[in-house]
Amino acid sequence: MKATKWLLLWFLLSLTAEGLAEARSGYTFQSNDVQRMQDDDFRNPGMLWVDKGQQLFYQQAGTSKRACSDCHDDLSGTFLSMPSVNTHIGELVNLTTQIQHCRSEHQGADPISYESETALALTAWIGHQAKGQHFEAVPEALQSALSAGRDYFYRRKGQYNLGCHHCHERYVGHQLRGDLLSQGQSNPYPIYRLEWQTMGSLHRRFRSCDLGVRAQPPELGSEQYIQLELYLRERARTLAIETPGVRR
Amino acid sequence: MSIRRRDLIKAGSSAIALLSLPLPVRGAVATLLAEDFGTRSIIEDRVRLRVPALAENGNSVPLDVSVDSPMSANDFVQALHIYAEKNPEPRVAKMRFFPGSGKAEISTRIRFSDSQVIVAVAEMSDGSLWSASGKTIVTIAACVDQIL
Amino acid sequence: MMINARIAIPSSATRGDLVQIKTLVSHPMESGYRYDAMGIRIPQNILKHFRCEYLGHAVFEMEFGPAVAANPFLTFFFRATESGALRFIWRDQNGEQSIIEREIHVTDEGN
Repeated sequence: MKATKWLLLWFLLSLTAEGLAEARSGYTFQSNDVQRMQDDDFRNPGMLWVDKGQQLFYQQAGTSKRACSDCHDDLSGTFLSMPSVNTHIGELVNLTTQIQHCRSEHQGADPISYESETALALTAWIGHQAKGQHFEAVPEALQSALSAGRDYFYRRKGQYNLGCHHCHERYVGHQLRGDLLSQGQSNPYPIYRLEWQTMGSLHRRFRSCDLGVRAQPPELGSEQYIQLELYLRERARTLAIETPGVRR
Repeated sequence: MSIRRRDLIKAGSSAIALLSLPLPVRGAVATLLAEDFGTRSIIEDRVRLRVPALAENGNSVPLDVSVDSPMSANDFVQALHIYAEKNPEPRVAKMRFFPGSGKAEISTRIRFSDSQVIVAVAEMSDGSLWSASGKTIVTIAACVDQIL
Repeated sequence: MMINARIAIPSSATRGDLVQIKTLVSHPMESGYRYDAMGIRIPQNILKHFRCEYLGHAVFEMEFGPAVAANPFLTFFFRATESGALRFIWRDQNGEQSIIEREIHVTDEGN
């Protein structure tokens, strides 16, 4: 009887236990071939976007005839501390939404969509400069956004009624059809995904997952996804940035 | 299954107008090989083909092929044909080499629509044909994604 | 059509050496077998042909079918004989060409 009580207690506790014992990059869940593809700068298609991003960074744009480089130097530090609050507009932004804002407000250029080639190339270039480094800790001021992101991660969604944690925490290392479930870490983004046959953002990946559980996904660049991104950044702090990553 | 077929072919069931091809060649590729090479014999040797036994994603599967040849002025690999039996278009690629190529060895990435056999046929400067094949299993992704 | 490409070539080689080239080009290689969200077939849009010329002569050629993966990756070899130009020519299904030129410096052994 006593043993049963302890067993029940352990079981109930395990249901509420959250977090990962140790953070592991999605890289460690890929095959040797995909790892080799990421490691070789001439095999990694993401490097084509990095090259393009470097070009765009130094190119004049819009009515202002300003290039990003006219105002910015090394943005790797910014990459590691995104999402953050843009105090001028009073909004939580990530790198992509900030770039969108910069292009229209400071460069007088045509607005670019969240998943545009320009946005992907610039974030790939900036992210690549931060390769090997680690995400910054989430400051006190952003604790409520972090909480909202955590709530989204653990909330059951969609027809399948699953939370992110079901796949990316509880069943890490198990098979879901042909896929080996990873921890869903955000350290390689933007990534070249074999499934997409192109470069894609973290929010596009969130969207895939939400569609996967038959939930209505929020918009790319929405506050909900930026909050989730903030939570994932906290979660990935011990992992090195791998941008541009290659994933299946 | 493929072993039995191989035995059948070896036993000389050449009632079907196939080449003397001891490969697990089925339907589409057999027809293409007949189109491309007629009744010329294709020997399964001198060509090395590598595909992963299990493909992470059918959209991009690494393929390495090399052909054993001196690549001299009068003895070199002229062409290398790649076929994927179950792809909607089974002709994957055709490569041309020259004595100046030095080595007939390539690496690339291919799309496979399904688990299947891949066949590489090398055509030498003397017109002889050599081949190799490989098999890959293409798995389905966990959550099938939308094309953005 | 100016293609976005990454080409790995050693800047120099010894005479007689086998040199491996790696090429990675940006191209969707739309197979023509995919359907969009509205159920309409996405038209085929692929690169059809690639050639590498060394000192004005072809050392490698490839005809692409729709099964070549997006953002095509390719490695091949050539034998270094003397210093000179390398030309990489891609042609798409509309006949549009993209040409990239590089130089390789070939020395005698020990130099």
